[in-house]
Amino acid sequence: MTDTASGTAADSGRPAPPVAEATGIGKRFGATVALRDARIRVAAGESHALVGRNGAGKSTLVSVLTGIQQPDTGTLRFSGEPAPAFGDIDAWRTRVACVYQHSTVIGELTVAENLFLNRQSEGAVRPIRWRQLRRRATELLGEYGVEVDPAARARDLTVEQRQFVEIARALSFGARFIILDEPTAKLDARGIARLFDRLRALQRQGVAFLFISHHLQEVYDLCATVTVYRDAGHVLTAPVAELGHQALVEAMTGETAGRAPFVAGPPPAVATPGADLLAVEHLTLPGACEDLSLTVRSGEVVGLAGAAASGNVRVGETVAGLHRAAGGAVTVAGRGVRLGSVPSALAAGVGLIPEDRHLQGLVAGRSVAENATLTVTGQLGPFGTVLPGRTRTFAQRMISDLDIKTPGAATPVSALSGGNQQKVVAARALATDPHVLVAVRPTNGVDVRSKEFLLGRIRDVAADGKAALIVSDELDDLRACDRVVVMFHGRVVAEFGGGWQDEHLVAAMEGVGAADDDDPPASGTAPASGATPASGTEEHGR
Amino acid sequence: MSATTDLTEPAASTAPPAGGGSGRRLDLGRFRDLSLVPAILVLMVIGFIVSPAFLTADNLIGVAQQSTELSLLVLAAALILICGRMDLSLESTIGVAPVVAVWLVLPTSGGRFNGLGLLPEWTAVPLCLLVGMVIGAVNGFLILKLRLNGFIVTLGGLTMLRGLQVALSKGQSIVDLPPSFTYLGRASWLGVPAAIWICALLFALGGCALAWLRHGRALYAIGGNPAAARTAGIRVDRVVWLVLILGSLLAAFAGILYSGHYGSISATQGSGWIFQVFAATVIGGVSLNGGKGSVVGALTGVLTLQLVVNVMTLAGVPPLWNQFLNGAIIIVALVISRFASGEKQE
Repeated sequence: MTDTASGTAADSGRPAPPVAEATGIGKRFGATVALRDARIRVAAGESHALVGRNGAGKSTLVSVLTGIQQPDTGTLRFSGEPAPAFGDIDAWRTRVACVYQHSTVIGELTVAENLFLNRQSEGAVRPIRWRQLRRRATELLGEYGVEVDPAARARDLTVEQRQFVEIARALSFGARFIILDEPTAKLDARGIARLFDRLRALQRQGVAFLFISHHLQEVYDLCATVTVYRDAGHVLTAPVAELGHQALVEAMTGETAGRAPFVAGPPPAVATPGADLLAVEHLTLPGACEDLSLTVRSGEVVGLAGAAASGNVRVGETVAGLHRAAGGAVTVAGRGVRLGSVPSALAAGVGLIPEDRHLQGLVAGRSVAENATLTVTGQLGPFGTVLPGRTRTFAQRMISDLDIKTPGAATPVSALSGGNQQKVVAARALATDPHVLVAVRPTNGVDVRSKEFLLGRIRDVAADGKAALIVSDELDDLRACDRVVVMFHGRVVAEFGGGWQDEHLVAAMEGVGAADDDDPPASGTAPASGATPASGTEEHGR
Repeated sequence: MSATTDLTEPAASTAPPAGGGSGRRLDLGRFRDLSLVPAILVLMVIGFIVSPAFLTADNLIGVAQQSTELSLLVLAAALILICGRMDLSLESTIGVAPVVAVWLVLPTSGGRFNGLGLLPEWTAVPLCLLVGMVIGAVNGFLILKLRLNGFIVTLGGLTMLRGLQVALSKGQSIVDLPPSFTYLGRASWLGVPAAIWICALLFALGGCALAWLRHGRALYAIGGNPAAARTAGIRVDRVVWLVLILGSLLAAFAGILYSGHYGSISATQGSGWIFQVFAATVIGGVSLNGGKGSVVGALTGVLTLQLVVNVMTLAGVPPLWNQFLNGAIIIVALVISRFASGEKQE
């Protein structure tokens, strides 16, 4: 539609200025430094990848680049010109397009209307000409090769189609630079292949993109340049071809020797692991995992590692009874757990430290005592009553047991620090004295001290002859485990005993390196080989 | 295959791949708003069987006239609900706005109700509308600027405004109204009450604005996903504020029609209507969560409720059963529309 000439000037004599260049960007949120002297430079027509582990500052950089957050320091230029004024949405959108992780399509409206939202007609009082709008939508979608019916309601689209609609909309404002924030997270292998075909086609039209992904293989497949962020700052920028898997993973994780492990390796108590306490057999969860088997013996802490879309969190939650499975069984201490039933899991002796303590873990306005005893109200008084005295005693025991720093048992949990809140969640999981403790990212967003303490407490559970399953992608969490099972795209791809190397584990989680002998659908190589015929026939069908 | 698909979207998997069938799907979407039309037809057939008096012009015009005031509130509620908000104080605005206007213009002595006599009598209608807009603006200020909970704010407004009306009118009905104030509720144009013409016109305007104007479509965007609407450049708060003002304005106007129709401002004018208003709006296909529905659908909701009462009256069901039947029809209509549309109503 509106082709701005800025991006296509690359083939003229002088090199075109980069479509986006950020230097010295700093951004703090309260006490947290989200970005420190960060920089990035995306040349015209370039396919640029941005990688980094959680908390590296990627999403903050995206919101700075798209004008959603104002940086505290630093300068931002688009095609050599300074960035538009903060808050001038229309001006930003002509410079940079963004497809966010969360969808910004309105489900009740048609595709056509979503594409032209708030610009359906030329003037505010001019009536919308629907037929014309649909025709324009068809043209726009055709321009980007998106085969979607413009009259369909957006909620009826598949995730993939919705994403293409968002890409077309984002680019329709005339920007020649698009940011894709984890676009592959919700797509299957064929969808990813089609997305990549489309992105390559866009690149041939001179569109530059910044591609953010947790899957390194995708970076190798798609991008020419990669920028690595770590600990709120820029680490390196290099051509992808010159950077091996090994070097990339090392850049993401940092120097392995430089980081002291918080828990000094698995303790020696594992000499004779006992009987199986937790057995997961042939578990199949639609969209999360397939035919997954796993055992945890008494006295053992097992890590279930995996990146965001690997399905490991759902497996952990299923053990705790949160999800129903399509197939398979979970047995705790020889007793079957009815899947999808939390009471059944609790009765069988599963304790859960959930992933998100704010959403799933705590009743923020209520007291520490109430939160810590939520799972054991049955033990607090006869005939369904909850005796305040008994609650207090119980809570007091949990507070000292877990070293929760709180003014008192009656303090609302919302007044505690993140680390102490997490301890309350752990207290609740431990209150039932579970046979198996499932901890999903137990040290998410807690300080170093609490982290150390929580991981130590989980080890204590195992030392008492119980079992623990830590579901996490944090290396510090996994270091506290006797064994680590790695999942990738719903399958177990590797298992590590003690003494693994960081880069091997990360490589396995990212689906590279150790996963060389993997089957095609699970590995990131699929777009290059397996799914190409499918996309080829698509091409002919057009 | 094994990779994660968005599990919260069961519709995604059933959707046919792109292309084809566009006309059919669009028509279905259009009919969704009119799902009560068959119910209305069935009610009319029943009415015809039950009593020969049903299908007469007098009876049908009577039903329509009785629907006018309620339907204006429903129009207001539909607009507000579509952009994802709620206004309970509408039912008090219909009473308090006329009372305040009349109080300002009626002479200080001589009548059964003494006002302030501050302004000439012809200003009663504009004053009433102005009071409505002020109420809407204050609601908007509390909800959008102070970020208070809209449900509770307007619940407080409902009680407060009702109390204001009782205090000003000393709990009495006001019968000596200025002639300009009663004209619209009484007049007949071309043999049909003026109120019916006006309501029809307002619904047509509302329906067209929501279907063909950018700002009308913005209501759906705001109700559907405020964050997405904001990224699309829609001034969400301003639009919502205007809709709240418009809603209260419509309620004040409904007050004028009602007072004119009955020749007095009843002390309990509008009391308890809000339940019927919400019921009519929701069975007419407007979602309580915003972003869905149409004013035409809401209108069919009002007509359904009024027809049920009318048919029951003609069938000789004692009026004491009206309330029971009203409640029952709401629940039945909700159950039907839940399964007809296949969508959860949470």
